Amino acid sequence: MVEIETDILAKNDGFAAANRARLAALRTLALNLVSSPGSGKTTLLCRTVEALSGRMPVAVIEGDQQTSNDAERIRATGAPAIQVNTGKGCHLDAHMVGHALDHLGLQPGGVLFVENVGNLVCPAAFDLGEAAKVAILSVTEGEDKPLKYPDMFAAAKLVILNKVDLAPHCDVDLDLCEANARRVNPGVEVLRLSARTGAGMEAWLAWIAARLEAATAAAAE
Amino acid sequence: MHEMSLCEGILQVLEEQAVLQSFREVRRVRLEIGRFAGIEPEALRFGFDVVTKGSLAEGAALEIVELPGRAHCFDCGKTVELEDRLAPCPKCGGGRLSPTGGDEMRIKDLEVT
Repeated sequence: MVEIETDILAKNDGFAAANRARLAALRTLALNLVSSPGSGKTTLLCRTVEALSGRMPVAVIEGDQQTSNDAERIRATGAPAIQVNTGKGCHLDAHMVGHALDHLGLQPGGVLFVENVGNLVCPAAFDLGEAAKVAILSVTEGEDKPLKYPDMFAAAKLVILNKVDLAPHCDVDLDLCEANARRVNPGVEVLRLSARTGAGMEAWLAWIAARLEAATAAAAE
Repeated sequence: MHEMSLCEGILQVLEEQAVLQSFREVRRVRLEIGRFAGIEPEALRFGFDVVTKGSLAEGAALEIVELPGRAHCFDCGKTVELEDRLAPCPKCGGGRLSPTGGDEMRIKDLEVT
């Protein structure tokens, strides 16, 4: 009998800790954006990058099974972006993100967005070294998604309800949706916005700025 | 969720341990899996059999010890054990519960030759 007491994800968690140390040294706020496919993550990111650039350094790591479409969309906004194709994989892991960091040439004092593979299940378990997971849910997906995929909503610090401009057309109860998110994660913050119309974007940008300030203050200690 | 890739991770740990602790074959693997770890034990068993074919752990028995979910109840202030994430507080029936444990996925010990 051999006692080993090893976490199955110990390897990933080791890489995540290394990423976190690297990001702290660069005073960079890293946000791991998770959602199902088609929630509007990339559109939200493009609008966010446009709004933040000029104010702080912004960079993006894009995860998808195939294609570099998303990284190209981000680069068109002027921000550096690296595409990671996971091939058969259903999530980004910390090792992939470490490799991407090697090539990204991050400027200190800014924000790194990691857009995870569109999947409401697997990315929940994989720490990438981020400061927070941000779960994005579009109003067309239905208000019960937090109950159907509780692991992801329990892992998130912030839930963004996106595409609120479509809410009147799709019989969705946004208050119920928020209540469902809080049922699996009582401490979670929730923001409602539309990346397309820009409604609610200011609150999201303020959330990022506050988080960045907190990250910088923690790094200075 | 991704039980197959977790099994590949388990096999990697076994292979590393075989070198470190000089054993050739694994006969039994005991895991501790929390209720909130998002792992389906049956899928894990299937993946384990597939991934370990032709390896040092081919045919090894997989024992899964399931650990309860634990949460702090904001209504009664107690720490309680939960069957699933959506279950109400077993003490007071409250619905505002913040998980505090049960996301373990650990290889506890091995029987080797």
